[in-house]
Amino acid sequence: MSEKKATRAAYGEALLELAAENDKIVVLDADLSHATMTLKFSQTYPDRFFNCGIAECNMVDIAAGFSTMGYIPFCSSFAIFGTGRAYEMVRNSVAYPHFNVKLCMTHAGITVGEDGGSHQSIEDLALMRVIPGMTVICPCDANETKRAVHAIAEMDGPVYLRLARAASPVFEEEMPFEIGKANVLRDGTDGVMFATGLMVSPALNAAAALAEEGKKIAVVNVHTLKPLDEETVLNMARKCGKVMTLEEHSIIGGLGDAVAATLIGNGDFKFKKVGINDVFGQSGTANDMLEEYGLSDGKVLETARAYF
Amino acid sequence: MDIKELKEVCRQVRIDIINEVADAKSGHPGGSLSAVEMMVAVYYTQMRVDPKDPKNPDRDRFVLSKGHSAPCLYAVLAEKGFFPKEELKHLRQLHAILQGHPDSKKVPGVDAATGSLGQGISIATGMALGAKHSGKDIKVYTMVGDGEMQEGLVWEASMAAAHYKLDNLTVLVDNNGLQIDGKNDDVMSLGNIADKFRAFGFYVIELPDGNDLEAVIDALNTPTEPGKPKCILAHTLKGKGVSFMEGDFNWHGKAPNEEQRQQALKELEG
Repeated sequence: MSEKKATRAAYGEALLELAAENDKIVVLDADLSHATMTLKFSQTYPDRFFNCGIAECNMVDIAAGFSTMGYIPFCSSFAIFGTGRAYEMVRNSVAYPHFNVKLCMTHAGITVGEDGGSHQSIEDLALMRVIPGMTVICPCDANETKRAVHAIAEMDGPVYLRLARAASPVFEEEMPFEIGKANVLRDGTDGVMFATGLMVSPALNAAAALAEEGKKIAVVNVHTLKPLDEETVLNMARKCGKVMTLEEHSIIGGLGDAVAATLIGNGDFKFKKVGINDVFGQSGTANDMLEEYGLSDGKVLETARAYF
Repeated sequence: MDIKELKEVCRQVRIDIINEVADAKSGHPGGSLSAVEMMVAVYYTQMRVDPKDPKNPDRDRFVLSKGHSAPCLYAVLAEKGFFPKEELKHLRQLHAILQGHPDSKKVPGVDAATGSLGQGISIATGMALGAKHSGKDIKVYTMVGDGEMQEGLVWEASMAAAHYKLDNLTVLVDNNGLQIDGKNDDVMSLGNIADKFRAFGFYVIELPDGNDLEAVIDALNTPTEPGKPKCILAHTLKGKGVSFMEGDFNWHGKAPNEEQRQQALKELEG
């Protein structure tokens, strides 16, 4: 890992790549194109960009209608609005008829930072996971974001892609990306960390540090929360016994609960969820947030060391 | 079809509505009956659709934003031949294609899932925008209820329809003046609906009698101004055609019992 880059920035770049290949790609935004990074697309393909104004519910339903005309609409806003305010439009207008709409929401999680708790979506994964037929993806870095954007354009059906505001480490290794297939980034025998999104990096760093202390901890990048790769989750949990989940999201309804639901009744595991402990966030820098809520490199290592 | 035949279709649709709702023992007869002339006129005099090719990409679209009037839509689609009329007997039953509110996954000829109010007009706006973008001559029609206009999303969609100059979009307002809890004016006044749509940038045609089939057809045939979406504000009678249902909000979402069904059919079958 060398450079840092926000997953939202990679999203903006991937849209340009996609648009060049596929003229059915259209992009909708709700007056946040400077932040969601759809701006470059809007400048390059002005006739395929639709700014819906500050009206997220309408944006989602316009995307639903657009999809029925043979287009692949990519819809962007902040996660708090796109999954929260427009929830019922996502549920009834997009998911219920299983329309081919890609909901790519940025500024998810507490790393939104300074804007504060009102704008930090800590429940979006939960909200999207419970909707039947919704594919839910949370990429771990900029490179994986690009692969995810291309992959979701290829599949038919509604998708929620969770993206972050803050610049985060970019992995140097080429990792394969297949929707619904978790990536084992580091093998182990003494415990396993299932991580998603920005928590993959601290999990890897913690595992590397613990290795030096003689503990072999596996790290699995669960980029797709739904459909969950239950086979990999079960295999790794059975192999390692001690399970920890990590997410920049509430510990309710996200990756932790998804993994727990898979493990229940399937063996004898030690289990711990690491995430936002059912509280709202607050203002501060992204790094302040990660430190305060126990999700920084240092805090994750501390927690992992005590647990494994 | 001439006007006499179309009026006969309207009469048959009303009979179907009563039977559908009575068989289902639930559903929304009032707002289905008020919408009959508009839906029949749209499907029989305007829309380019082929019941044998319901997914033709170049077809015109109709989105029933007031999705609870599904019994009317289903009756019209069945009369047009999108599916066998037999299906009407199974409205709201387990495994039926005819769900309580329209489901595009299940019903040939239904292009969006609606019924959660405000969403249909917004979806229709997206369809009209997609049609414009594709350069195809596709017309999109949507019907909203009066009570539905209390949903803010209706106005978000209207703003966008005008902004994107969607003159291929026609919004029909079934203004029967009543909603579940009573009169619109008692629940939440809508003010001057025509002025509201005009202010949002629509070309508005107001119909004093939205159950006058010829007037509805004339309004649909009247071209909008270039670049403006069209709104047909139709003042209708809730429960139209069945004397004991007319103008009574209690028939918004209640099925007639067997005796009431027979009485309604007697009136409709004359």
